[in-house]
Amino acid sequence: MAEQGVAQVWRRIRSMYRIEGNKCVTCDTHFFPPRPVCPECRRKGNLENYTFKGLGSIYTFSIVRQAPDDFKRQMPYVIAQIELDEGTRLTAQIVNIDPEDVEIGMRVRACFRKIKEFGHGGIIVYGYKFEPTMKVTGHE
Amino acid sequence: MSNRVAIAGVGMSKFGELWDKNLRDITLEAGMYTIFDAGVPGSDIDGMVIGNMSAGRFTGQEHLGAQAVDLSGLGDIPAYSVEAACASGGAAVRHAYMSIKSGEHDVMLVLGSEKMSDVNQTEAMNTISVASDWEWEGMFGATFPALYAFMARRHMMEYGTTEEHLALPTVKNHANAVHNEFAQFQRAVPIEVVMKSALLADPLRVLHSSPVTDGAAGLVICREDLVKKYTDAPIYIESSEQRTDTLALHDRKSITTFNSVVSSTKSALKGAGLELKDIDVLELHDSFSIGEIMLTEDVGIAKKGEGGKALEEGITEIGGKFPVNTSGGLKARGHPIGATGVAQIVELVLQLRGDADKRQVDGAEKGLAVNLGGTGATSIVHIVGR
Repeated sequence: MAEQGVAQVWRRIRSMYRIEGNKCVTCDTHFFPPRPVCPECRRKGNLENYTFKGLGSIYTFSIVRQAPDDFKRQMPYVIAQIELDEGTRLTAQIVNIDPEDVEIGMRVRACFRKIKEFGHGGIIVYGYKFEPTMKVTGHE
Repeated sequence: MSNRVAIAGVGMSKFGELWDKNLRDITLEAGMYTIFDAGVPGSDIDGMVIGNMSAGRFTGQEHLGAQAVDLSGLGDIPAYSVEAACASGGAAVRHAYMSIKSGEHDVMLVLGSEKMSDVNQTEAMNTISVASDWEWEGMFGATFPALYAFMARRHMMEYGTTEEHLALPTVKNHANAVHNEFAQFQRAVPIEVVMKSALLADPLRVLHSSPVTDGAAGLVICREDLVKKYTDAPIYIESSEQRTDTLALHDRKSITTFNSVVSSTKSALKGAGLELKDIDVLELHDSFSIGEIMLTEDVGIAKKGEGGKALEEGITEIGGKFPVNTSGGLKARGHPIGATGVAQIVELVLQLRGDADKRQVDGAEKGLAVNLGGTGATSIVHIVGR
């Protein structure tokens, strides 16, 4: 299927590996993934690349207990919307915590993980997941 | 009001897991019932439009417009296929409405159809997931139920919605479907069973979710001045509106309200010259029970945050002030994706004609349907009246 193509993942690597998005200088809004047009300013917009710090808090979440084959081995896993400190939200898994302990508002930071494999012998997709911030990393 | 669009007839196939029927069988079945109900000679139909989300993935077949016209022997009339995820059916109705309004067509057959049970549950769920933002939600493990679970959890936190509230749309809609011979599940479900059903994506459970369904539904619509030829009981499309929101749920300021629904409903009511209190019966897109709770608020039946309470008070039951999903809704009538938006209109027409049998809302004159695509990126609202 088209959504399991190598190029489809490869061309998004900068965003998926480094949380690279962009920001509109005109209205000071951050976008992730990068938007080709600022939906507020449109032609008056001025977009420049921006790499997110990878820190934020959990806006909402769910524990997935029925998943596609690509994710079956990870079940049950926590999927969440994370509100990044720059103000934009994204969707990612929460790891390194018991699913039952996850709460809205919890501080999290990005980590680099394997997301899934495209079936047996298929390519491996890497990208961001999020984990609770810890004192030792200086993020709390 | 001489430029109105009329509905001459409606029809649908049985909804369910129809192992002995393929996509073309159910599409033809709905089309035939519709044409017979309308009493329209095939030669009067000058265009056909079909709503379908993903036949290519569910069955391997695309180009459904040509297929439907070919099968039904409607000659060489233009055949259009439209797609707007779970709102494909509503999009087909609106496409035909605009075609008649513009004067391009006079009498059209509108169909909605989906054959989902030829793939396994996992593949069906994957296919539904592409109605949201596949690259930035689905790719990271957000299943479609998980996205609605995101809304449910915020709604519970922001407004105190409870697990009991989440179960109420299912209980009500199953009770309504008992009296709908076309429904997938013609049986009641007690609240305890809903609340103990398996978790799909916390806090949403299997019985909060619409099923995998095969089915098709149809309408014949035409210019107002032509409809008297076909029926003594025409129903009119009083207004048709459509709005768009961000494809990804995480890009919205609030995920406990569907802005696309709020604005399309307001415009539709204004366009029809009506207020919500004039509406007698509604079909609201309950792909998940939290969806019906939020829609109950977003169309204005309940204040924001009080959708669950409205259900508790029975306001949306048959006999209540605003009966919602008398057909059984997506949950119990079934949700063959591309057919749903058309089937909603079928139900409203039956209600307005007084043909809804034991689920009849007495004296219903105006009906409103909300058909949602994805997690609310598309909202299509139709108001029908007699």
